[in-house]
Amino acid sequence: MEDTTRLTNDQSIKLFIQRDYSEGTAVKFQERFPPELEGKIDRAKFTDIIRHINSIYEDAEGLSCKTFMENCCACLTGYLLLLCMPTHYEKCVKRAARYISDENDHTLNPKGIFMIDPMEKGLRCIEVCITNNRR
Amino acid sequence: MVKQWEILESKNRFYCDGRCLTGRDIGVFIFALILITITSGLFFGFDCPYLTYRLSPAVPVFAAILFLSVICFIFRTACSDPGILPRATPDEVLYLERSNITSSPQSVALPGRTIEVQMHTGHVIQLKFCSTCKIFRPPRVSHCSLCDACIANFDHHCPWVGNCVGLRNYRYFYSFLMSLSFLCIYILAFNIINIVLRAQDKPSFADAIRDTPATIVEALICFFSIWSVLGLWGYHTYLICRSVTTNEDIKDTWNTSRRGAHMKNPFSRGNPCLNCFAALCGPLPPSFLNLRAIVTPDNNNINMSPTRMMNTINIDETRQYQLDDNNYQRHSSPVPPHSDRQQNRYPSYDYV
Repeated sequence: MEDTTRLTNDQSIKLFIQRDYSEGTAVKFQERFPPELEGKIDRAKFTDIIRHINSIYEDAEGLSCKTFMENCCACLTGYLLLLCMPTHYEKCVKRAARYISDENDHTLNPKGIFMIDPMEKGLRCIEVCITNNRR
Repeated sequence: MVKQWEILESKNRFYCDGRCLTGRDIGVFIFALILITITSGLFFGFDCPYLTYRLSPAVPVFAAILFLSVICFIFRTACSDPGILPRATPDEVLYLERSNITSSPQSVALPGRTIEVQMHTGHVIQLKFCSTCKIFRPPRVSHCSLCDACIANFDHHCPWVGNCVGLRNYRYFYSFLMSLSFLCIYILAFNIINIVLRAQDKPSFADAIRDTPATIVEALICFFSIWSVLGLWGYHTYLICRSVTTNEDIKDTWNTSRRGAHMKNPFSRGNPCLNCFAALCGPLPPSFLNLRAIVTPDNNNINMSPTRMMNTINIDETRQYQLDDNNYQRHSSPVPPHSDRQQNRYPSYDYV
């Protein structure tokens, strides 16, 4: 039976974890375990990674006093303040990128899985590449 | 070295090496700028000296603050990325075609399929496929034909700022409307005060007007602009309180009576104050586009930094992985020790 997810060649498979819009337009990725990863990685571990990424973005998009103060100060300076210092959202995006990079190094790469930072795709999906041939 | 903004497929114009972008047609925007500058210039030149002497120096000071705010906000609205979504890579399109995430069967071509999303409020939203950007449009995203791009939280394409108004520049647009309304009212009010005060010194109104002919010109411009600017500001305040975009309001998306069942807007947070707060002071994502990254052969298809590839257990494996759609094996070219793409990703001042 043809493996329908074989996209580039026999050695690698790409899959894209889509966004979960059931709670609105806030950044949240679907926490279901893709069947292509069956056998490669523990189900709970992978879902945990996605859940952690979701929690970082939830923190980024949360309405808090800190965000309010940041935006008020920015507005009062004619939004010139935003040119000088990174916003809370940007810091969270960097935190997510660092987390994904760490997980790639420690957990995923040894199993032949590469996870790509969703910011590279405009937060539309998380691209996961699986290499098949292992020497 | 080619940067991402040079190969972007949308119809935007780019300035300052990808730091600013506007829509394609900026003629009306230039006209608006000139109109605002000329009116304010006439006010500073003709009315302010007399008013400073007669009333107080605070008059031109406040006018200057308002004028600078208007200029600042209009440029911020016009030159920032409204929330353009990057188009799908060929691999992503292939994955969507072969997956079963849509409710339609796989025999239907992508443009004919929709994704149904069950929201927490009970609505079922249909996500349609955008044939140009090759993505299933997320909720509240709309494709602007003038900019030829899908914009997040698409409000409308405003010719007066020469750009789309979307997720990332809506608050600047609102601030621009607010400050312009105040500026119009301020100039009109002080034009009237100017004429009245001069008429008290001079024998007749006609003499007063002859002294400052520019005042009448400014008053007319402000009088005719005020209706539209103030009206637009009021309309957007109403939209913000309901958490509805102009696009949704025009299409009457959340009209409760038409659908029979009681349909609340799933994006509203319940009370108007919270909606205002979220729209104007809420968190803002950085640009999704990464315009100033240098284009490498990898990032058109795979979007993965070479350093990550080099760190994997098997180098040969990764070289084989770098195949394009034609299955042409790339010869291993010298990979820079630290990808430029990685470096350009989050420079602190680079947010458009």
